[in-house]
Amino acid sequence: MAFTVALTGNPNTGKTSLFNALTGSSQHVGNWPGVTVERKEGRFRSPEGDVTVVDLPGIYSLGAASLDEQIAANYLLRSRPDLAIVVADASNLERSLYLAVQMLETGIPLVLALNMMDTTAEKGIVIDREKLSALLGVPVVPTVARNREGIDDLKGQVLAELRETTFPPASFSLPYGERLTPLLDEMEAFLRGKGEIISGLPLRTAAVKFTEGDPDILAAAEKAGLREGLESILAVAGKEAEESIGYDLQTAVIERRWGFVSGVTAEAVQRDLSLKARLSISDKIDRVVTSRSLGLPIFFLLTWGMFRFTYALGDPLVELLEQLFERLGERAGELLAGAGLPDILASFLQDGIIGGVGSVVVFFPHIFLLFTFMAILEDSGYMARGAFVMDRLMHMMGLHGKSFIPMLMGFGCTVPAMMGTRILERPRDRMITLLVLPFMSCSARLPVFVLFSGVFFGSWAGSAVFSLYVLGIVVAILSAKLLGSTLFKGESSQLVMELPPYHLPSPGMVLRHAWERGFLFLKKAGTFILFAVIVVWALASFPWGVEYGSSGSLIGQIGQAVAPLFAPAGFGFWQAGVALFFGFLAKEVVLGTLGALLGAGEAGLAGGLAALFTPLSAYAFLVMTLLYVPCAAAVAAFKRETNSWKWTFFMIGYTTAVAYLGAVLVYQGGRLLGLG
Amino acid sequence: MGLNCDGGGKIEKRLSTLSVGESGVVARIEGDGSLKRRILDMGLVPGTLVRIERKAPLNDPVSIWFRGYELSLRVEEANAVLLRPAGCAGCAGGCK
Repeated sequence: MAFTVALTGNPNTGKTSLFNALTGSSQHVGNWPGVTVERKEGRFRSPEGDVTVVDLPGIYSLGAASLDEQIAANYLLRSRPDLAIVVADASNLERSLYLAVQMLETGIPLVLALNMMDTTAEKGIVIDREKLSALLGVPVVPTVARNREGIDDLKGQVLAELRETTFPPASFSLPYGERLTPLLDEMEAFLRGKGEIISGLPLRTAAVKFTEGDPDILAAAEKAGLREGLESILAVAGKEAEESIGYDLQTAVIERRWGFVSGVTAEAVQRDLSLKARLSISDKIDRVVTSRSLGLPIFFLLTWGMFRFTYALGDPLVELLEQLFERLGERAGELLAGAGLPDILASFLQDGIIGGVGSVVVFFPHIFLLFTFMAILEDSGYMARGAFVMDRLMHMMGLHGKSFIPMLMGFGCTVPAMMGTRILERPRDRMITLLVLPFMSCSARLPVFVLFSGVFFGSWAGSAVFSLYVLGIVVAILSAKLLGSTLFKGESSQLVMELPPYHLPSPGMVLRHAWERGFLFLKKAGTFILFAVIVVWALASFPWGVEYGSSGSLIGQIGQAVAPLFAPAGFGFWQAGVALFFGFLAKEVVLGTLGALLGAGEAGLAGGLAALFTPLSAYAFLVMTLLYVPCAAAVAAFKRETNSWKWTFFMIGYTTAVAYLGAVLVYQGGRLLGLG
Repeated sequence: MGLNCDGGGKIEKRLSTLSVGESGVVARIEGDGSLKRRILDMGLVPGTLVRIERKAPLNDPVSIWFRGYELSLRVEEANAVLLRPAGCAGCAGGCK
C-alpha cells in the first residue's frame, strides 16, 4: 500500500522543520500546476508501505482568499489525500485551531501535531492533550520538530490512522448556533436531493462554505448547476438569519467558527488570558527595532550589512570559480587540439560547454550567501518587522514592504535578487518586483559605466556613474507604478501580516535552505543558461572559419543589419549592436566584446571608443546597457521564478523597449540641448 | 481621542484612528472581497478584544494585539475594521 499525507499549518509554526524531520533527504521540489508556488514532496517508509508527504503552502485558512489558500484548498478538496497532518504552534494554539477546524470540516482524517512544545512552559501555557483530542475528535501528538522530538510518535500515529481510522472522519460537525443552523440544515437537505458540489466533500461543509461565500465553492456549485437553488435559499432563510444576527452571513459563519475555536482553547489550554501575557523579550526587541527613531536606521543597517557580506564573502569565491573554469577551458582546448580534434569541436567544448557551465556555477556563492542571510532574517522573525517599517515607503512606489530586500540585492546581482522575491507571498507583489528588478543596476554593469565615464566624462565620471544608478531606481519605481495601475490593476496589494515572536534560527535549517536554493538554481536555470551560451557561441563562430565574433560571423552580420536601428540613439554602428548582444551573456562582456572588435583588447579600448562615440552617444549607450534585457542568467532566474514563458518574453520585450526609448530620448534630447 | 462609553458604548470608531495603547472590541468589518475575508480569517471577528500595539515609523502600517498574537495592517486596511469601546456597562466583553 502507498499512502498520501498532506502537511498543513500556519506560517511560523515550524512546518518546514517538521517536513524535513518526517521526510529526511528524500524530497522533491516542483511547482503547483500552472502557478509559481513551490510544491514540495517527500516520503518515509513504513512496514505498511511508502507514505508520500505533500507539503502544502503555509496558510491561516482554507478560505481561498489568497493563492496559497486556493492551492491548499484545491488539493485537499479535489485530490483528497488519505490523511492530513495539521501543524499547530502549541504556544499560539487558538489561531492554529482555526485552520484545524476547517480541515476537520473537509472530512479528511486528521492528526494534529502540537509543535514547538518546548516554548509553552516559559509562556505559562499548559495544554490538556487528552481533552483537546476528545473535543476535536482527532489524535494529538506533541512535537519539537527542530530537535526531532516526537517525530516517531507522529509517524506511528499517522500510520495507525492510515491502517484504521480510530476517529471516524466526516462525523465532525461544528455548532454554528441556533440562528445559522436552520439555514445550513435547509441547504444540506437541498443538496442531499441533488448531489455533491465537490465529490467527497461533506454536504454540510459545502453548505457552510457556500454560505460564507467561498469563491471556489461558488464556482463549483455553478458548474454543478446547484448555485441558483442554493442562492434562492440564501435569499430567504439567509436574509432572515442575517437580520437576526445583525451582520452578514460571511461574518456570521466565521465568527461562529472562531467562537468554537475559542471555546475549545479555553477548555483545553490553561494560560494567562490577559492581554499583557506575551513574551516580554519579543516586545522589548520590538520597542527598539520598530521604533519611530531607530526602526528605519536599524533596517537599513541590517540590509546594508547583508548586502555587503553577501558580496564581500561571495566575490572572492566567484573569482576563484571563474579562474578555475577559464583554466579548465584552456587546458581542455589545448588537450583537444593536441589530440587532433577539429578546431570547431575544441572551440565548442572550450567556449560553449565549459564556458557555459562555468557561467552557471559562478552564481552559486552569491545565492547561497544571500539565502543564508535571508533565512536568518525570516526564521528569526525580523523579516516581518523589516516589512512593517518599510511598507509605507515601498507601498508609495507600488511595491510591498518586503520588496526592499530583493531590490537592494539587485545592486549586486539580479539573479539572487530575483530568487529573493520568494519572500513576497502575493503573486501581484512578486511579479511587479520581478519585472522592475532588472532596472536596478547590478555590479556587472559597473565596469562598463566606469570605463566609458573615464573616457568621456573626465572629472564628471563619478557623477555620471552615480546618475546611472539613480536613473535605474527611478525607472524601476515608475515601472512599478505603471505596472501596478495597468496590468495588475485588478489585484490589490495586501499587507495583513503576522509579526511572529522572535526566536533563534536553527543553523541546520538555515544552511539546508540556502543549499537547496543554490542547488535548485543550478539545476533548473542551468540548462537555460547553458543553452543561451551555446547559441551565442554558435552565432559568433559560424560560418566556420571567420574570426570569433567578427563582422563576417553571423552575429557580425546581424549587428550590421540592426545597426541602423540604433542610429537614433547615436550608436548606429555594428560593433555596438554586437557588444550589446554579447552583453546578454553577462553585462560586463560588453566591454570585452568592444575591445576585441575594435582590435585593441580591453586595455587599448579607450582610444577605440573615442573614435566611435561622442560623450552624448556614449551616455545613451550606457543608458541602453543599464536598462536593456538583463543577462541570460537573470532571464533564466525570471523564468524559473514566474514559471511562465509568456511573462519571460514580456519582461525581455519591456526592458528592451524601455532601454531603447531611454537611449533615444537621451541622445535626441541631448542634441536638442546642443550637447551633440 | 479614543473609544469611550459615551452614547452607551455604541459609538463605532475605525481601528485606524486609535492611538497606541488604546483598545476596543470589533463591531464589524466593512467591505467585501478577499481583504475582508482575510481580516476575518485572521480572527478579527465581532466581539474580539483588540489593542493597538505599535505604529510603524511613518505611522503606517499599524500593529494590533489580539487572540495572543500580533498582526500588522496598513492604515487603509485598518480602515475597514470598526471598533466599539471595551467594557462598557451593558455590553461587557463587547456589544453584539
